[in-house]
Amino acid sequence: MSPSAAAARPQPSRDVDHAALVGPYPFRRLPDPTPPALLAGMDRLGVRAAWVGHVPSAWYRDAAAGNEELYALLAPHRARLFPVPAVNPTWPDWERELRRAVDERCPAVRTYPSHYGFASHGPAMAALTAACAEAGLTLVLTIRFEDPRQRSRLDVAPDLIGADVRAAVRSDDAARLLVVGADRAVVEEVHWGSTPAEAARVSWDISGIWGAPEDHLDHLLRTVGAERFVFGTHFPFRLPESAAAKLELLA
Amino acid sequence: MSAPLVDVHVHFLHERSGRADWEAANRRRLDVGRRIGITVHVASILGTWGQTSPTYFPSPDDTTCGNDALLALMRAHPEIAGYVTVNPNFTDHAVREIERCRAAGMVGIKLAASRRAADPLLDPIAAVAAARGMPVLQHIWQHRRGEVPGQEISDALDLIALAERHPGATFILAHIGGGGDWAHSLRALADVPNVVVDLSGSGVDRGMLELCLDRVGAARLVWGTDLTMDTGLAKLRALEALGAGPEALADVRWRTANRLFGLGLAA
Repeated sequence: MSPSAAAARPQPSRDVDHAALVGPYPFRRLPDPTPPALLAGMDRLGVRAAWVGHVPSAWYRDAAAGNEELYALLAPHRARLFPVPAVNPTWPDWERELRRAVDERCPAVRTYPSHYGFASHGPAMAALTAACAEAGLTLVLTIRFEDPRQRSRLDVAPDLIGADVRAAVRSDDAARLLVVGADRAVVEEVHWGSTPAEAARVSWDISGIWGAPEDHLDHLLRTVGAERFVFGTHFPFRLPESAAAKLELLA
Repeated sequence: MSAPLVDVHVHFLHERSGRADWEAANRRRLDVGRRIGITVHVASILGTWGQTSPTYFPSPDDTTCGNDALLALMRAHPEIAGYVTVNPNFTDHAVREIERCRAAGMVGIKLAASRRAADPLLDPIAAVAAARGMPVLQHIWQHRRGEVPGQEISDALDLIALAERHPGATFILAHIGGGGDWAHSLRALADVPNVVVDLSGSGVDRGMLELCLDRVGAARLVWGTDLTMDTGLAKLRALEALGAGPEALADVRWRTANRLFGLGLAA
C-alpha cells in the first residue's frame, strides 16, 4: 500500500492501546486472552504500551478479587502493560481499589454500571467520578463487549447509551472519562449534547467507529477533534489489526 | 506486483439511492480499493436502497433500476463485476432479469432478504444459477433466532437446505462478520461443499477467522468487505498473522473467487 495522504493530518497515535483487556469471557471462547498474546499483537502493530483491563471483573460481584488477578497477570509485563482495575462503587470498601490503583501507578480505572447494577445518573456514579477526579485517575466506561446481534441469552447487561456518558461527565466538574467501544452516533450525541467544557473531559477510543469508505472516524476527527480520540483495539474481543487499518485508510 | 485481490461483497450507490453524495461515495470505495490492492469488485445494488421500495424487498422495477445502474458502473470501471439483484417473490421477473444481466456481462446473482433461503420459491433461481454457472450471494443473518423488522432473514441452515437441493449451484454465505453468531454458521457449514463463506462484514471478532479456517477451510473462503473496507484489510492482515500459508492466502484473496466467477485472473 502506498503511504497514506492522511499521514500528516492529526490522528490518534498508535503508541498506546487505551482499550485492551485480558482474561476469559463467560459467553464465548476468546483465543489466548493473555498478556503474551496482547504483547504479540502490539509488536505486530508497533504499539509500545497498553492500558489493560480484566474481562472477568465485569462479571465478578467483588471487583477487588478480579483486580488481584489483573495485577498478578500483568506483574511480569509492567514496563508495557499498565493495569486498569475495575471499581464497583456499590460494593463495600471500593475506595480501597482507587487507593491501590494510585499506589500501583495505574492510569485509569474501569467501571461497568450495567453489569454492577447502578445508574449512571445516581449517587454511586457521582461518588466514583469525584473520587477518580480527586485521585487523578481517568474513568473508563465500556459501551459494550460484543455486538448485540450475537450475544448469549444470558448476557443481558444493556449497552451504555449517550445519556449514561452525559450523566457521568456532568456528575463531577473535574471528572475525566474515556469511553471505549462507542460508534459515531454515540460520540456525536454526547459531544454535541455537552458544553465545550464537558466535552473536553471526554475521550473516545476508535475501536467501535467505522472507517473507510463510510469514513465515520475521519468525519469525527474533523468535527469533534482529533485530540478527543485515542487508539484502542478492544483486544481480546477484536482483531487488533482493525484499529490500525482504520488509521491507515483515513481519507 | 502483488497478487490479485477480489472483493466478493461490494455495494455501490446511484442517483436514486437517496444519498446526495452517491458519486463521491462510489469514488471513495474505488479509491480505497486501489489503496488496499483490490483487483476486482464483485458488486450489487439493492434496488433504490429503500427510496421507492424497501432495501430488502425491492420491487421488480427497482431491481431493474439498480441492475441498470450497476451495468453502467461496470461499463465505466472495468474493475467492477456484477451480481444481478432479484426478488424471488417475483419469480418470472427474477429469471428474466438474471438472463438479461448475464447477457450484459454480470457474473453472479444477489439474493437479499426478500424470501427465506430454504423456501421452494428460490428453486427456479437456483436452477438458473446452476445452469448458467452463476454463484448466488445470499444475505445471511448468522444464527436466526427470530424475526427482525425489514428483512425475511435466513441463516446458514436455511441456505444449506437450498444448497442441498441444488448441488450443481454454488452459494456464497454472505458476510460471516456481518452480525449474529458466526460460530453457528461455521459449525453448520463444515461438510457442505457447494457453499463458500464470504469474510466480509464489520465484525472483526478474534476467533472467527480461526474457526473459518478450521471448519470450512481456506479453499471455501472468499474475501470481501461489504460496508466497511477497513475491516476487510484487517482480516487480510490477521490471516497472515495467524500463519495462513501462501496457498491458503491465494485461495482466500482471489483463486476461489476467480474460479467461481470466471474472472480470468492470473497470479
